[in-house]
This record gives sequence, C-alpha cells and structure tokens, in this order.
Amino acid sequence: MAAERDPPPPGDAGQARFGEAEDGEDLFVGAVGALESNPSSPEPASLPAEDISANSNGPKLVDSFLDDDPDDLFAEATEEVSLDSPEREPILSDGPSPAITPIMAPRIDSTLFDQALEEEEDNGDTFDICISVSDPEKVGDGMNAYMAYKVTTKTSLSVFSQNELSVRRRFSDFLGLHSKLASKYMHSGYIVPPAPEKSIVGMTKVKVGKEDSSSTEFVEKRRSALERYLMRTVKHPVMLKDPNVLQFLESSELPRAVSTQALSGAGILRMVNKAADAVNKMTIKMNESDAWFEEKQQQFENLDAQFRKLHASVESLVCHRKELSLNTASFAKSAAMLGNSEDHTALSRALSQLAEMEEKMEQLHMDQAYADFYLFAELLGDYVRLLTAVKGVFDQRMKTWSKWQDAQLMLQRKREAEAKLQYANKPDKLQQAKDEIKEEIVEWEGKVQQGERDFEQISKTIRKELGRFEKERVKDFKSVIIKYLESLVQTQQQLIKYWEAFLPEAKAIA
Amino acid sequence: MPTISQEYKTALRSVSVDLNNDVSLLIDIPDALCERDKVKFTVHTKTTLSVFQKPEFSVPRQHEDFIWLHDTLVETEEYAGLIIPPAPPKPDFESPREKMHKLGEGEATMTKEEYTKMKQELEAEYLAVFKKTVQVHEVFLQRLSSHPVLSKDRNFQIFLEYDQDLSVRRKNAKEMFGGFFKNMVKSADEVLISGVKEVDDFFEQEKTFLLDYSTKIKDSTTKAERMTRAHKNVADDYIHVAAILNSISAEENTALKKHLDKFSDMFEKLRKVEGRVASDQELKLTELLRYYTRDIQAAKDLLYRRARALADYENSNKALDKARLKSKDVAQAEDNQRQCMQKFEKLSESGKKELTSFKGRRVVAFRKNLVEMAELEIKHAKNSVSLLQGCIETLKNC
Repeated sequence: MAAERDPPPPGDAGQARFGEAEDGEDLFVGAVGALESNPSSPEPASLPAEDISANSNGPKLVDSFLDDDPDDLFAEATEEVSLDSPEREPILSDGPSPAITPIMAPRIDSTLFDQALEEEEDNGDTFDICISVSDPEKVGDGMNAYMAYKVTTKTSLSVFSQNELSVRRRFSDFLGLHSKLASKYMHSGYIVPPAPEKSIVGMTKVKVGKEDSSSTEFVEKRRSALERYLMRTVKHPVMLKDPNVLQFLESSELPRAVSTQALSGAGILRMVNKAADAVNKMTIKMNESDAWFEEKQQQFENLDAQFRKLHASVESLVCHRKELSLNTASFAKSAAMLGNSEDHTALSRALSQLAEMEEKMEQLHMDQAYADFYLFAELLGDYVRLLTAVKGVFDQRMKTWSKWQDAQLMLQRKREAEAKLQYANKPDKLQQAKDEIKEEIVEWEGKVQQGERDFEQISKTIRKELGRFEKERVKDFKSVIIKYLESLVQTQQQLIKYWEAFLPEAKAIA
Repeated sequence: MPTISQEYKTALRSVSVDLNNDVSLLIDIPDALCERDKVKFTVHTKTTLSVFQKPEFSVPRQHEDFIWLHDTLVETEEYAGLIIPPAPPKPDFESPREKMHKLGEGEATMTKEEYTKMKQELEAEYLAVFKKTVQVHEVFLQRLSSHPVLSKDRNFQIFLEYDQDLSVRRKNAKEMFGGFFKNMVKSADEVLISGVKEVDDFFEQEKTFLLDYSTKIKDSTTKAERMTRAHKNVADDYIHVAAILNSISAEENTALKKHLDKFSDMFEKLRKVEGRVASDQELKLTELLRYYTRDIQAAKDLLYRRARALADYENSNKALDKARLKSKDVAQAEDNQRQCMQKFEKLSESGKKELTSFKGRRVVAFRKNLVEMAELEIKHAKNSVSLLQGCIETLKNC
C-alpha cells in the first residue's frame, strides 16, 4: 500500500465538470493544473501556492470511473477555476494516513474532538466586516426588468482592497455566487450558506410595475434576505477568503450568471442530478461506525422537523397579527362614522377619539407583525434552509464513504483477477496480462487510500463545520430572542401610552 | 355541565349601568345550568312589594320564557309608547362547539401539552359565552324591574313568581296573538317611518338620528367582532409557538437551552394575557355595541308605532272631513278622530320621555364601558411589560 501514488487520470474528470463553460474562462487549464500537482501525498507542508487543493474542483473526490454517478455540484457549470491562497491549507492537511484501511473508519472519541474544535473556533473571533444591502432600484422595463441592489461592505480586514466598498448587484448575481461556492465547497463537507429563494410570483409583480404594498413588501423581504445571506457567507472563515466572494463584493462588473435560471441547460441538469441523488441516497446504506455522526445526524433531523413546525406557527402568527391590524383599521373607520352619527356631543367626541386611537393601534399591530416576521420568522426560515444544507453535508460524507467502498471492491476484484491469471492456460499472453493487472492493482490501491483519506478529511471538516454551525446558531438565537422580546415590550409600552391618552377622554363623557 | 358562581357574576356587570338599585324589586340570576343545548336560568327575586306572595323566591326559566315575556310586552297596546327592552339573544354555543370539534380532529397533529392548552382555551371560551348569555338575560329583567310602568306588568310578575312550567302559558299566548303585530313591525319598518310627515321637531331629529345611528352601530358591532376574533387567533398562535419551543428546548443540549425554556415560558404567559385582552375587549366593547344595536332597534320600533298612530290620526281627520261633507256618521267619525288623537298624543308624550332617558342611559353605559376597557387594557399592557422585562433581564444575565 505504500507504493508511489500516481495521480488519477486527469482527462475524464476534467471533461465531466467543465462541459458547460459559459463563463468563457479557460477552465481546462486550471483542471489539468490541479490534477498535476495532486496533493495526495501525505506531506502537507510544502505545497506550491498554485495548488488548487480540493476546494475548487475537488479532483480527489470525483473519480473518473464513477461517471455514472454525476456529481450534481459540477453541473453548476459557471464555477470558476480560481487559484486559492495557501491560507486554505487546513482542508489539505491530511496528517499521516492510518496504516491499514479497514472497511470501517476507526472509532473516534467525540468529546476530545469537540474540545479541539472549540479551541480552533475561538481564533476566528476578531471579525470585522459589515455588509449591507440597500437601495433597490428597478432597472429596465417589462419582463426583462430586474431589481438592482446596492451592496456596501465596511471592513478593516486586509484581504479587501479598501475599507469601504460599494457595488450594484442583481438577484441572479447572488445565486451565481452561491452556485460557485456550493460547487467548490459542498462536497468537502462545508456547510455553504444557502441563497435566498427565487419567487416567480413576487418578481413578476415587480417587473410588471405594480406599485402596491405587496410588491414593496416583497422587495424589502428580498433585500433583507440577501443581506443576511451575505453576512452568513462572510462569517464563514473559508468562504470569506474565497476569490468569488471577494470579487462579488468588490468588482464593479460581474459576468452574468445565466445558468442560475431555472430553465437553463444548467438548471435542467441540476434537476436531473437532484433526482439521481435522491435515488442514490436510497441505495447507499452506510455502516456508521462513528457514534458521534450517528447521533448528530439524528439530532439535526429532529431539529429540522421542529424548526419547520415552528416556522409554520410563527408564519401563522404573522398572518393573524396582520389580520388584527386590518380589522382594527376597519373598526377605527366604523367607530369614526359612529362618532359622527352620535348626537350627544361628549360621547361623539369620545367615539372619535376612540377611532383615532384604534388607527394608531392598527399601525402598532402592523409594526409588531413586521417584527414577528423579520426578527423571528425569517430567522427560522433561514435556519430551515441551513439545516437542509447541513443534511446535505451528511449526504456528501455518505457519498465519499461509498466511493471509498467502491474502490475497495474494485481492488478486491483486480486482486482476484490477478490470482486467476496464475492458473491461466495461455502462456504467451500471460506475462502481458500479469503486468497489466499489476498496474491496475497499484492504481486501485492508490484510489482506496485516497478514498479513505477523503473520507477522513470530510469527516473532520464536518465535525468542525457542525461545531461552528452550532456556535452560530446559539449566538443567532440568543440575540434574536432578546431583540424580539424587546420589540414586544416596545409595542406594549406604546399600547399603554395610547390607552392612557384615551382614558381621560372616556372619563370626560358627561 | 358548567354552572357559574357568584364571584364570576359580580365581575360581569358591564353592559348596562346598575339597574338593580330599587330595593322594592331586586332581581338577579345567581345561577344557571347548561344541559345539552338548553340553558336553565335561576331567576331570583327579592321584593318588598305586596303584590308578590313572598318577599324572596327563585324560579327556573328557559330562554323561550324570556322571549314569551318580551313578546307579550311588545303586543301590549298600552305599552306602545314605551321602548320595550330588547329580547336577549338565544344562547349560542356554536362557535366554541365548532372549534372544539376541529380541535378533536386535529388532535393527532399536536403534542399532548398543546392539545391540553387548546382545550383549556376552548373551555374558557365556552364559559365566557355562558357568562355572557346569563348577563344579557339578567339585564333584560333588570331593565323591566327598573321601569316605572313595565315593572308593574302582570305577565312580568307571573314570570318572576309562577313556580310551575311556563310553557303552557307560552303556547296560549302564541295562539292569542299569533305574532301578528310583531310580523307587521318587521316588514313595514323603515319605509313607514321615513315616509310619514313629521310635525314635531324633536321626533324629526330623533328619526334622522336613529335611522342613521342604527346602521352605523350595526356595522361597528360587526367590525368589533372581527377585531376581537383576530385578537383571539393571535393568542391561540402563542400557544402553538410556546409548545414547539418547549419541544425544541427539551432536546437542546447547548447554551441555548435556557433561553429557549424562558422564551417558551414567556409565550405561554403572554398568551394568557392576550387572551384576557381579547375577552375584555369582547365584553366591554363588542357586547356594548351589540346590546345597543338591539336597543336602538327597540327605540326605532317605538318610532314606528308612533308613526302608525300619526298615520291613523291623519286618516281619521280625513275621514271626519269626509263625514262632515256627506253629513253621514259624523259622530262616529268624531269619536274615532278623538281616539286617534289621544292615542297619538299619549304615544308622543311617553315616547319623548322614553327617548330622552334612552339617550341618557346610552351615554352612561358607553362611558362606563369605555372607561373600564381602557383601564383593563392599561392593566394588561403593564402586566405584559413587567413579564417581558423580567424575562429579558434574566436572559441577558444568563
């Protein structure tokens, strides 16, 4: 097993991924480059800066012989092949690979690992970047119109060229960014923050030019979602340093991300691959030897179910509170009419005051409904999507394991074939065949080792990611819970003011 | 089946001002039973009047008995010039019953705790409907007992005292009157009132006012009902949110656990407050508007009767002129005319008094309820603020 490792044949892997080069970049250069400086050697330290490492294309993890298993990530063809800085070494650092690779991964003591992750996390706390998305502006007319948003970055981090940057971006740009990040990082086990959802109905209204409250609400909802998306993305230490992200925040012009459209070629390929994925999930049965992963997977399944329920309940609350606001407005108008009709002067005045106060209440209820929505409901919505990404990461690990297993099976078969050759009857062809099979065995031994390393790597990355995710989750929710409660306090205090102003009016009825 | 106790009742006196002041005749409904669909009210009377056989007594009565009493009063010619207190509406448990049914169907989708809380909410709603219906029946009787003329009505006294089942009497009354007069009123109403030429400024004003006001107050009642219902929905949502937060917190093993616990707890506490805000608004505002919508209708009925009397009077004048022209049946026509005139004048005099006191009553009731509602809303909001601030403090420190 300690034989030299040749890099896996570059050709096919390159083809599969970069079949749809829409960006006009020379993708193949990068691909070949990556595979030649294949970092599958155990020594991590002295890797050239040019090394693409696993992230951009993950050559290690897409093995050509598994063509029948199209990795959906690579269907997102607008990915760039960019050269990553050496700072992202952590993904590479394999450490010494274990001597013999049994079918199952060795059991790892989870508590020690968690502690280690904790320490690593704390270093990333000096984080100074603030992104805001603002000034939505409609560009163009009719069905080709779109909203452009201003993205402002304020930061003191050195990786940016200036302390304050401002660019204009449209929604598909954000989707394009997410698409690139997902293809680069998801298969390595990174939890890539999901992009906000598309909405055909909402966007059509805006395009058509409906200037009503529902389309302004839609734009605001989207603006807020885009802002949260960017903040989450830059909070991830790995994403923050990705050139795509930097380019997104800095460049005045971005190539248009066409493949994000639902009905584009890439879009359809995405759908096909998602279906293929679903089938695969059903057929791969992983032998989980690591109790930590089993536990975590279950935990996140539960959390996902609960968050969905909570999200639904909070959306119902938002809906009812909006209804309350509308009904209050309606009552206010009616009370005003009643006051006008009332012939007793003092009572008439009091009823008019009641109507005025109820009008104020209408606004108060609506404001609270917005707080319910933007503070609480949207956070839950974000987390429902994030948890889907988390579940995806577990799936990636499963896929990685599966590839490793397949490699082992193949190796087994080759060895069996070699053994058979010993007893073959055709001596003239024998030596040639024996040589061939020996080569193949070496090749598959390499693949098996690679597979095991990949599996270990992704497991390690996931542990770290989950640790970070949980930490963020705790922080997010602690902060939102307090903010939300404070919004409720504000509403109640305002209520007191309104009623206390009305009380003397009621008492004045004589 | 639920009954209500005295302490609940004392909290209830809302819609009408204290009618039960005259010691000579004090009426209340201290107790009520709900059997299947029928509510049995215990009508309790304390009196110093000699017309009654005992100084204190109680009888069981059903809703239909109250309707009978109301109808006989309406049909009584003598009371044409009075505003007959509106009949109490039929006890309507449809809403909580339907909700209870829906809850039963949805039981599988919620946790046991959630289900229990929702059930408690519904039982409270059921009880609130029950209390309201008792109150509205009580107020009806108290309006009668505090009216100088109506309190002396023989049927009223029978209603209070007769210790047997009234259903026999009810049947007889239906046969006698056949609901004739009531039907007439219902069909001719607005057209007749607005059509008659008014001679008296006071009544002209009242007519304009009542016709307009009755539409407006009906509308306000509907809008208030919708507003309180939306409020109740918000309070119910709080229950679900609290329950789910609780489940999440139970499985949470991070530093977030305590926050989720407190957050869930807060929603649970707030929903009680919100529920009470909704039901107080229901009682003080919506019930008030509902009651006066009915009372305005009773006032309109009075106007109607007077308008009819005026029409009769005018017709009798015409008939007298005709008779004098023809010199035929003059005495008869004169008699008729005099009777119509007397009736009309009596109605006008009594009507004027009734409408004036009606306005006073209405103003006092509105004042009382609006003040009480404002005070309650302030109390609940302050309570919410202190609960929330306490929770925020704890969370910031933990």
